Amino acid sequence: MQYDMLLLRFGEITVKGRNRSRFEKAALAHVQDLLQAYPATEIKKEYGRIYVVLNGEPAAPIIEVLKNVFGVTSISPVKVAAAEIDEIITQAVSFVESMNVAKETTFKVNARRVWKKFPVSSQEMNQIISSPILKSCSHLKVDVRHPEIELRIEVREQGAYLFSEVVPAAGGFPRGTNGKAMLLLSGGIDSPVAGWAAMRRGLEIECVHFHSYPYTSKKAEEKVIDLAQVLSGYYGKIKLHLVPFTEIQTTLAGGNHENVMITLMRRAMLRIATNLAERNGALALVTGDSLGQVASQTLASMNVIGKVTSLPMLRPLVTTDKEEIIGLAQQIGTYELSILPYEDCCTLFVPKSPSTNPNLHIIEKIEASLPQLDEQIKEAVSKTETIVIKPGETVIRRSQGEPVAQDKWF
Amino acid sequence: MKYFDHAATTPPYEDVIRTVGEVMAQHFGNPSSLHRMGEDSGKLLSKAREVCAHALQVNPGEIVFTSGATESNNLAIRGAMARYRQRGNHIVTTTVEHASVYETCSHLEQQGCEVTYVPVQANGAVRAEDVLAAVTENTVLVSVMHVNNEVGAVQPIAEIGKALKDRHPRVLFHVDGVQGYGKLPLSIRDSRIDLYSLSAHKFRGPKGTGLLYVREGVHLTQLLTGGGQEGGLRSGTENIPYIVGMTKAMRMAAERQPALASHWSKLSRELHEGLAGLPGLVVNSSPDGAPHIVHFSYPGIKAEAMLHMLEEEGFLVSTQSACSSKRSEPSRVLLAMQKGKDCALSGIRISLGEEHTEEDVRQLLGAVKRTMERLQIVKGGNR
Repeated sequence: MQYDMLLLRFGEITVKGRNRSRFEKAALAHVQDLLQAYPATEIKKEYGRIYVVLNGEPAAPIIEVLKNVFGVTSISPVKVAAAEIDEIITQAVSFVESMNVAKETTFKVNARRVWKKFPVSSQEMNQIISSPILKSCSHLKVDVRHPEIELRIEVREQGAYLFSEVVPAAGGFPRGTNGKAMLLLSGGIDSPVAGWAAMRRGLEIECVHFHSYPYTSKKAEEKVIDLAQVLSGYYGKIKLHLVPFTEIQTTLAGGNHENVMITLMRRAMLRIATNLAERNGALALVTGDSLGQVASQTLASMNVIGKVTSLPMLRPLVTTDKEEIIGLAQQIGTYELSILPYEDCCTLFVPKSPSTNPNLHIIEKIEASLPQLDEQIKEAVSKTETIVIKPGETVIRRSQGEPVAQDKWF
Repeated sequence: MKYFDHAATTPPYEDVIRTVGEVMAQHFGNPSSLHRMGEDSGKLLSKAREVCAHALQVNPGEIVFTSGATESNNLAIRGAMARYRQRGNHIVTTTVEHASVYETCSHLEQQGCEVTYVPVQANGAVRAEDVLAAVTENTVLVSVMHVNNEVGAVQPIAEIGKALKDRHPRVLFHVDGVQGYGKLPLSIRDSRIDLYSLSAHKFRGPKGTGLLYVREGVHLTQLLTGGGQEGGLRSGTENIPYIVGMTKAMRMAAERQPALASHWSKLSRELHEGLAGLPGLVVNSSPDGAPHIVHFSYPGIKAEAMLHMLEEEGFLVSTQSACSSKRSEPSRVLLAMQKGKDCALSGIRISLGEEHTEEDVRQLLGAVKRTMERLQIVKGGNR
């Protein structure tokens, strides 16, 4: 069936009182961005809903795209009929016929007369419309309590909307409606998922990645760029700050404190991220920490590490199990990238027995014994390279020369 | 010499040859290497995967590069039967499949699988309902070719796929697309295909390379163990130059398909009409078959004799399929089409390429006619 419109519903934001229009505007802008690829479509905004008029564009791929819009809780493809009872019946019958349902499927019609001048009442409509449907699809059974299919019909002055399918969408808050945060993005499985979860709560994110040339390869960095690109698919433009971390790492590794190496590294990273957050107007740090997963994510470690920043630490995955995180990573499309095997600065110097219970006093003493550290942190911030990543666009780096894949070869 | 054996193999596009050479010279790094050169090869590989996926309207993650259709067909069938053993051990296929499917099925039969070979109609096509009727509780896989390599019969892939998935959503659907790609349009998604095999040299790419489309969510057991390339499904260092060459050929073939199909249809119509006018000659392919294959028999004359005489006239054609033409057994496909042993021993396949003109076709028809006259003397003597 060729659908005429998509109906996008909002959840939580409808309870936002006076701020509601700001939330709706943000969601609308997001939808507009994504629909640029489908120029024939038109957007109509209504109280608590957005309609996308398809004008001949196919519904399925657009639903796939729009179900990633934060703030939208569900999407239904809609068939539009004229607001006349005969027309509604004809369309309703062909709507159900086109669903090709199996025998003994239960169904009901749920009609609603929004336009009160329409001559048939909601109750009457249910009756009038169901019987021709049953006649045409004799294998259907009516069940008004728990139907497998519910054909919903809303009669408005401008037309009657018929829909049945309800595709769950991302939910949460529209993009960027809850402020900005800095995401510590590694090449692992967790941090991209944490970034997605943060964006879903209406946060704008900028990403910080720490690299350790020449110990790590360009591939590790490209992997992170690719991860950020996947995230940008859910958001639009995303900034990625690439921080040179080699010198700090070398300094920390030279201090012979192997078992607290990770703690020291994480503290240095948070200092840099905090600095970058302040420069870019971000009000929180987001990490992929999940309680107890590794030594640096015990409560004691998080405590000592978090002491270096005054910004709120947001850890969307803190109580999530690894299996659930993997499931989410697969769902949002970062998993396959995350499992690529390149070393990054977090996996490079993994101590044999990292401390799960670092002592703040000792850590501070070690840091005090490394006078060059503060300077190096400042330098890392100043040498940070920032790139802007847009969905679907190839990132050209400063250092890159000729593209490898020549167009004439393909 | 006029080459009329494009169903056996096609001459690579000039651009493909150049591309293969350039890539071979410039990017010999192993895509699994961690250094820059390996990385560059890896980039080419993923670009190739994207372009192939785009040509097939599927996702890049669904493309597995192989050494060609024989491997793709083996991987699809053996891989699915091994992986889904708990679902059953029954395969449904047809009596006219290419040897790489047919022989694979009979080999699996010896190992305890059950195989139903669905018979075809006189025109070489199966009926979708016959395929569907052969599916049982125990069926794991249905494997049907798109276009028959010998007679060019077109199988009702979309019809089979849709009905199969409506009725038995768990049964996998494999299509050997080798002779169809670039000749006839086919939507993998709309036809609800799970596995789809291609070979580069059938659409003017290099030999020794091909691919298998594996729908997301379908899992196969690998045939080769080793380095885990191609998502573990096809270990072995990727043949980057050939893969890039195939990709280019694939894109070119897809672009030219509509124009070529109508060109070939015109030529094959002339061939059909011309051959039908020659008494004693049986045209085995049907006019509604694939546009690039015309097949006929001259009962009483062994196919090879005709082939050599046409060669003397300056035309290269094929007996049966090239893959089995060195055996002088009756064609399995023609027997399956109930053509009789005489016909099955004397089949000649003409397959068209881009370069052929109406004049070529007229000349070929003239040569067939002369050859028939010359062969009159020995006709019947070699039964």
